[in-house]
Amino acid sequence: MDPRLGTALAVVIGIPAVLVGYIYLTEVVLRFVPERRRAQFRPWLWLLPALLFLGLFLVIPTVLTILRSFQGAVAGAWVGLENYAWFFGTPDALIALRNNLLWVVFLTLFTVGGGLIIAVLVDRVRYETIAKSVIFVPLAISMTAAGVIWRFMFDYQSPGSPQTGTLNGILGAVGLGPISFLQVDTLALNTIFLIIVMAWMWTGFAMVILSAALKGISTELLEAARVDGATEWRVFRFIVFPLLLPTVAVVSTTIVITALKAFDIVYVMTNGNFGTDVIASRMIKESFIFGNFGHGSALAVILLLAIIPVMGLNISRFRAQEAIR
Amino acid sequence: MTASSTAAQLPAERVASGRLPRFFSRFGVHLVLAVLMIIWLLPTIGLLVNSLRSSSDIASSGWWTALFPPKGLTLDSYAKVLAETDIASGFINSLFITIPATIIPIFVAAFAAYAFSWMNFPGRNLLFVAIVGLLVVPLQTTFIPILQTFGQLGFAGEFLTVWLAHTGYGLPFAIYLLRNFMGSLPKEVFESAYIDGASPVTAFFRLALPMTVPAIAALAIFQFLFVWNDLLVALIYLGAVRPENLPMTVQIANLVNSQGGGWELLGPAAFISMALPLVVFFALQRYFVRGITGGAVKG
Repeated sequence: MDPRLGTALAVVIGIPAVLVGYIYLTEVVLRFVPERRRAQFRPWLWLLPALLFLGLFLVIPTVLTILRSFQGAVAGAWVGLENYAWFFGTPDALIALRNNLLWVVFLTLFTVGGGLIIAVLVDRVRYETIAKSVIFVPLAISMTAAGVIWRFMFDYQSPGSPQTGTLNGILGAVGLGPISFLQVDTLALNTIFLIIVMAWMWTGFAMVILSAALKGISTELLEAARVDGATEWRVFRFIVFPLLLPTVAVVSTTIVITALKAFDIVYVMTNGNFGTDVIASRMIKESFIFGNFGHGSALAVILLLAIIPVMGLNISRFRAQEAIR
Repeated sequence: MTASSTAAQLPAERVASGRLPRFFSRFGVHLVLAVLMIIWLLPTIGLLVNSLRSSSDIASSGWWTALFPPKGLTLDSYAKVLAETDIASGFINSLFITIPATIIPIFVAAFAAYAFSWMNFPGRNLLFVAIVGLLVVPLQTTFIPILQTFGQLGFAGEFLTVWLAHTGYGLPFAIYLLRNFMGSLPKEVFESAYIDGASPVTAFFRLALPMTVPAIAALAIFQFLFVWNDLLVALIYLGAVRPENLPMTVQIANLVNSQGGGWELLGPAAFISMALPLVVFFALQRYFVRGITGGAVKG
């Protein structure tokens, strides 16, 4: 038997026991606090484990990374904005920024557009559940597995030999030459192909949320419009779409963040070669392959800066929700 | 205004909604959906068929040639991937990593969510907004300092590192989801419990926690899938130091990037890694969908 099994059992039973024990302990501790101040102390004791984890694994490391981005390859050697100057002055590195822009624009377009169309279409058929599951299921698997699945889609053999990739097989059947999908960097097409893999995974996410919002629209309203002679297109354009717009905005925010953080697909499918690097993959490369934590930290901070506006949107939307709670 | 008068004013649209075009538009819906479903299934079917073929077949012809009639299908690659690679131990590693990394954040988040929902303290809303903000912090901004700290403390590469890191990374979403659910529980329940002399600890374990089970189920599925499918965190914290601790995702990624042949192993390896998420997904799809929509659309 695996000796680690004992450790695992101890962890799975021990850690919850410790956490539950901690909460019971807070009441014991609070007995030593004057009664009128207990309600004041109690919430902080309940929040303490969460605040520790958030502080140690998110807040403090982020601050340290920001500081590190102003130091060179050797820690402690302050270099001002040199790492940022390196990034914005190196065309090879800037490709990562361009690719992230492409990811944001096209992933949002593909997933939200596709998700909206599918949500509207499946609403009209009886096999809705099955159709939705088919579109939705790639979200459950790892991006690594998705990368493997799509490597066989994009597979390329030199012209003349039999094509083993699905897409090149289809192209061959209609008499078109094989394309080396992941190596065509004209117009950054290979990045678009990588985005398609991610869209295959995430369209289901957009579809499920938009479909739930669609079900919330009153059928009487739509029927009334139809009775008044509106075509299906006009019903969609002037009633359904405006009512879905807030949800479209919510979904888009999530997808934009996903696009900015894109890493796994690139790492598994091209490892950033052929001009497909994104900021996240370049950051890993600079830090852990080239060993330059200065460059790596600057890239991480650039990623954070790109995400902050979206975070702002998230927060203001959250506050608006709270206001109507 | 009646239907007929509108339709008379808009003859073009009348044609569009006539009986025959409606049949075609219904047919069109089915056709588009059928095509989309095929597009969505095709990549996976291709890999599934290839995972059942020999390496020479995979290299010499497309997977579709093995279908009609079925020929040369074998489970050899599955046997080979289990015998010759570390995928089997990777599966165990993935379990070792995922189960604690799912359980710990649920408990920690439930305490915090209860405090945010049912206790009053100054700065409560501001603190919660800050946690909502942390939802989007890219993990990349945390790797270098944490990795160095783990190294200094001497447990670099241990499972403990990923358990703790995944707990920290998963908490903002976990707190957000649970607090949204706990906060919408009926106030009267807690008020009458307090009047009856229940302590907050009793109210939490006897009332809040049982009533929050649907949200906890959704959260557990999310965190499980997130950790099981994670590549980046394991790659950074385990990858360089303790290769024998690597989960399946990193092992498969290494298999892809090694390029030293072994293409016939990729398919079986990918399907072994997908098995558990797919079971979880199909068994608990309802909770999964509820978690997604609950986080995004309210009411």
